[in-house]
Amino acid sequence: MTAMKSVRFREAIRMGMVEEMERDDRVFIVGEEVGHYQGAYKVTEGMLDKFGPKRVIDAPITESGFTGISIGAAMVGLRPIVEYMTWNFSAVAFDQILNNAAKIRQMSGGQLHVPIVLRAPNASAKQVGSQHSHAMEHFYTHVPGLKVVAPSTCADAKGLIKSAIRDDDPVLYMESETLYNLKGDVPEDPEFLVPLGKANVVREGGDVTIISWSRLVHISLQAAEQLAKEGIDAEVIDVRSLRPLDEETLVASVTKTHRAVVAYEGWPYGGVGAEIVDRIQRLAFDDLDAPIERVTTLDYPMPYNAKLEQFVIPNVERIVGAAKRVAYRSA
Amino acid sequence: MAKIIDMPKLSPTMEEGQISAWHKKEGDAIGVDDLLAEVETDKATMEFRSFDKGTLLKILVPDGSIVKLGQPVAIVGNAGEDISQLVASAGGGAAAPAPAASPPAVSPHVESPQKAAPAEGAPAKEPAQPAPAAAAPAPATAPAQPAPPPPGGRVRASPYVRKLARERGLALGDIAGSGPHGRIIAKDLDGKQPVARAAAPSAAAQGPLREPESKPLSMMRKTIAKRLTESKQTVPHFYLTIDIDADPLHALRERVNEDLASAADPNDKNAPKVSFNDLVLKAVAIALTRVPAANAQFTPEALLFHQRIDISVAVAIDDGLITPVLRDADKKSVLTIAREVRDLAQRARAKKLKPEEMMGGTFSVSNLGMYGIDEFSAVINPPEGAILAVGQVRREPVVRGEEVVPGRRMAMTMSCDHRVIDGAVGATFLKALRGLLEHPGQILVL
Repeated sequence: MTAMKSVRFREAIRMGMVEEMERDDRVFIVGEEVGHYQGAYKVTEGMLDKFGPKRVIDAPITESGFTGISIGAAMVGLRPIVEYMTWNFSAVAFDQILNNAAKIRQMSGGQLHVPIVLRAPNASAKQVGSQHSHAMEHFYTHVPGLKVVAPSTCADAKGLIKSAIRDDDPVLYMESETLYNLKGDVPEDPEFLVPLGKANVVREGGDVTIISWSRLVHISLQAAEQLAKEGIDAEVIDVRSLRPLDEETLVASVTKTHRAVVAYEGWPYGGVGAEIVDRIQRLAFDDLDAPIERVTTLDYPMPYNAKLEQFVIPNVERIVGAAKRVAYRSA
Repeated sequence: MAKIIDMPKLSPTMEEGQISAWHKKEGDAIGVDDLLAEVETDKATMEFRSFDKGTLLKILVPDGSIVKLGQPVAIVGNAGEDISQLVASAGGGAAAPAPAASPPAVSPHVESPQKAAPAEGAPAKEPAQPAPAAAAPAPATAPAQPAPPPPGGRVRASPYVRKLARERGLALGDIAGSGPHGRIIAKDLDGKQPVARAAAPSAAAQGPLREPESKPLSMMRKTIAKRLTESKQTVPHFYLTIDIDADPLHALRERVNEDLASAADPNDKNAPKVSFNDLVLKAVAIALTRVPAANAQFTPEALLFHQRIDISVAVAIDDGLITPVLRDADKKSVLTIAREVRDLAQRARAKKLKPEEMMGGTFSVSNLGMYGIDEFSAVINPPEGAILAVGQVRREPVVRGEEVVPGRRMAMTMSCDHRVIDGAVGATFLKALRGLLEHPGQILVL
């Protein structure tokens, strides 16, 4: 039996990074305030003391610069972890990510790999305004050459950061500010890995499949509880890996329930949710009893006003409504 | 003040109609008598015209919907009016339930055939009282109910339902869908039994049988099925067949058509011409004047002996069959009959006949001679008392005097409703008919 340790989400990420840095001295971390300040969200707390300033590097406020330097480091054999204060700020490093991290392997004819991990909190927090609330997975999953993961539990946070660090190609790792304090059991085994490209059925049910990731998995589980009270037995799937996508788990679930709702943060136009809907309708067409519904952030820049912000973000009520509609229970 | 427009009664026997096409869209201004939509009834495609002036505020049922008589189809009022209350009260539009149709019964109110009212002799199962009795609107608060699949339209079913139907051998055509727009969803299949399949002919047969193509019933098909089943199950048919010497009729027809052609413009495609059927129709009409007992109808209260000779002429059309009525056939010349039957048949194929042109026949004639049929028995077209099934003119050896010579014969079978026409009456009628057809000069002058 694997020994478990109860930790917070931020500690689970740290455990994974520390284990990998102990395992492989090519791994280092760079970002704003990751060292002396112990991390903007205290994810890297204690790491500077443990590994010293050569492996825990405080960067100036130049995302484009330290992303580019890290990609270069990865090309010549190091394994950088780049922390952004939030994924919103990766926008200024977008050219590095799109044109270098994602392209070098193909343009070098496979001679070069970029074993880099880019990580940061993603999507809405609490009242951080429209420029700091972006769900950036929808931009990055579009790009061949990038892998994108978004854990929702402490165990997955550890298991996925370790797999990301060990992967030989760029992996974008998306956290959530609202999950950092979440507590959960994490295996202490340093070889505990959660593979990239594997979704997880976090609640089994037979009537409708609710598909989500990151923070919204917890909202979807609440919705499932509510639906259970109304006699609808919902299955909840944590996609975890947004690219590559675990079609098999999604299709198996929908083949069982015949109805699906995809719930996530991000605007409704295009995006990962639309991609998931496409895969399901194509691969499980004959098993669908209803059109698939999506529950997304409403199609507005995020409002600062707390009430409006909660109105715009997907919530339990909207997921329950969508699940009832696809199950043909009036909602 | 906005108001709900209901599905009107566009034919006397109509119980429901299918909106084939809306001719106005929401927001259009409409005037009295403007064409709102075309509606396929049990008989024909009818024009649905406005009784009101205003703006078409809302269409409650889309093209292709089947709507029971008296159910809401649209809202008309002044532009910009708040119609949310009306929309709510209209309920599910086409999806709302309709009251059960009046039970089919021969009406005690059928008017005496002596009065030449246009509605007389209408198919007897429709009560003659005014429409509202059969058209009481559904309770306004009724929730949307499963709607039957649109006849002639595509069955709406979820992909999963289609898969289940394939696996279980279910026909989706007659399953009511409870989902949006009548979509059949998985739970609608609960308890449904597979359609009967022929047993595998032998052990050698491998794999599943190929599924038949399922085609929803059109309004016409439903009507044919209902009326003819009722006829064959409730009307005691018996059959009398005669086989006449058709040489004189053939000779007469040749002669008449030659003479007509000599007077006509050779390039005129519509130049007058008579067919065997035109001659038979006229002969039947004359025979009915001679044997009026064969021009009769049964009702539970009384036997009705018609005072007019209106012959229903069976016309095959693309997806069914229709019987327009040739009025007062005994009073018309063969040429007039030829012209009228051609016109009726053309308009029947175009589904442009008015309902009154398809009802009130007193006797039917069905001719399959042009398909090479020698002889057949027809199903009586209720509420009529008889139908004559006419075969082709056959070339064959016939006995003349003591010799066998080439000749022509023509068989016809009369189906009689024994409740009103007995064997002797039918035989007398056929004897008169034979006399006319074998000495056909009379047909031209009577």
